[in-house]
Amino acid sequence: MIKGSSDRIWSIIFILPSIILIGIFVYGFISWTGYVSLSEWRSLVPDYSFAGFENYLNLFKDFRFQADIRNTIFFTILFIGAVAIMGQLLAVLIDQNIKGESVFRNLFLFPMALSFVVTGVVWQWLLNPSTGVNLLLEKIGLSPKWYISTEVLFGIPIGKIEFGIPVAIIAIVIAAVWQMTGFSLAMYLAGLRGIPEELKEAARIDGASEWKLYRKVIFPQLRPITMSVIIIMAHISLKIFDLIYAMTGPGANYVTDVPALYMFEKTFRAQDYASGAAIAMILLISVAVFIIPYLLMNRRED
Amino acid sequence: MAKRLTKPLVYVILIAFSLFYLMPVYVLIVTSLKPFDQISLDTMWQLPSTIDLSSYSTAFSKLAPNIMNSFYLVIPATLLSALFGSLNGYVLSKWKFKGSELVFTAILFGMFIPYQSILIPLIVFLRDLGLYNSIPGLIFTHVVYGLPITTLMFRNFYANIPNSMLESAKIDGANFLKIYGRIMFPLSISGFVVVAIWQFTNIWNEFLFAVSLTQSDQQPVMVALQNLAGSQVVQWNVQMAGALLAALPTLLVYILVGKYFVRGLLAGSVKG
Repeated sequence: MIKGSSDRIWSIIFILPSIILIGIFVYGFISWTGYVSLSEWRSLVPDYSFAGFENYLNLFKDFRFQADIRNTIFFTILFIGAVAIMGQLLAVLIDQNIKGESVFRNLFLFPMALSFVVTGVVWQWLLNPSTGVNLLLEKIGLSPKWYISTEVLFGIPIGKIEFGIPVAIIAIVIAAVWQMTGFSLAMYLAGLRGIPEELKEAARIDGASEWKLYRKVIFPQLRPITMSVIIIMAHISLKIFDLIYAMTGPGANYVTDVPALYMFEKTFRAQDYASGAAIAMILLISVAVFIIPYLLMNRRED
Repeated sequence: MAKRLTKPLVYVILIAFSLFYLMPVYVLIVTSLKPFDQISLDTMWQLPSTIDLSSYSTAFSKLAPNIMNSFYLVIPATLLSALFGSLNGYVLSKWKFKGSELVFTAILFGMFIPYQSILIPLIVFLRDLGLYNSIPGLIFTHVVYGLPITTLMFRNFYANIPNSMLESAKIDGANFLKIYGRIMFPLSISGFVVVAIWQFTNIWNEFLFAVSLTQSDQQPVMVALQNLAGSQVVQWNVQMAGALLAALPTLLVYILVGKYFVRGLLAGSVKG
């Protein structure tokens, strides 16, 4: 009895520092940021007088922030789609009992070990319209403008912006996909390896073709992984900052700007802390919408 | 039969993707080996006529202090966050208490937040403590915000250690600390390796905290690389050499112990 309670005390001593740190530095600081976002702090000198939702309202009327929302939406859709499809395709191909399996796997995974800054620096040069891949593409008569382009595809005017797919964002998607596909590839590969061999054998004995085996047995088994890939990639893409900072910056007409970048510049360049905090809160809410249900779902399964 | 027909197609597709993955590596290496006067757009894809390492010495002399900063940051931050993660993981997997699942979920949420949402208070806080623009300030930051991922990894790791082992140790009279010291810690050496490699890579590559919390001579290497690449006067060969130098430590880790890196990646995707 006495020993049991001293164990209890030790377990509290082990975990309490972390609970306090997370409590202050995650939840406390988020509340503080929320408070700043409702304040008049728009210069180097802190000013906590209450401004209501003024900072938020101004943002939604702001051309740059409207462009950010558009860019984030299309970046996220294109990025997640490409990473999920490519990761699954490459995982299935690598899983075909091929020669050099580990060479391919390592090649597709190594960019995961790189910094987004390195990726940004290299792809900035590769996709610069006057250098890089265009020197090769010109030979077949193509010369895309990549991230220099200010064109918006399928644009319809909404608010102050053309709402559609900014061509420049595609260049960022290519670099981001190059870096992150390894993540989904590894997850799908682990999923494929986790499917019991008997399940595949049973389908083969029933006379299922390889294609049918994938469609009826294997792909359905991978569905929970696709779910995880989508959630993880969604939160990465909503938060994306370093890659764009290093590769293009906000771009002309803000065609490659995103909220994370705008927050940084608004806060540290323009010293508008209140608006920066408001952008951060909007960013947080957009991530939380994906993440909280995902976390709760994961807990319930345990 | 059908399988044999598609095999060549499998290789064709994989090799096509390989080219996409190798293209940046090729350009990076080729460009970094060219002397300044050979950098012209028309010959960008050609191999260098002579191998010239001068861009590496230029890049190295510019980045060396920042590379050292990164090591001073990454090593203590990695060790501390792994240690805390191990303590938390032990409690949250083997000494569950009322509400421990909720505590775990609440800790976990911290790994998904956009750090912009805590950045302004963090700067105010570090300034008040005199830790703004210092490596210790960055270490502290990475330890705190690394808690969720390291806790998650260790919790998943310890969950695989059978409870029966703890039960028999308890019957032999081992208490909380002894079980940790004699059973859990020794068994989790490979867990420590996975977590350490993951944290080393992530903290080395991290940019937002680094660029917001440090200036000039305190900056880690990724900020210095970004400054190098952002300046108009630095030549492409030097930028590419700098990118390779900055990436080298994590790249080496991946080449040497990539298996553990991938394990970390999978352990960090929540379910594990």
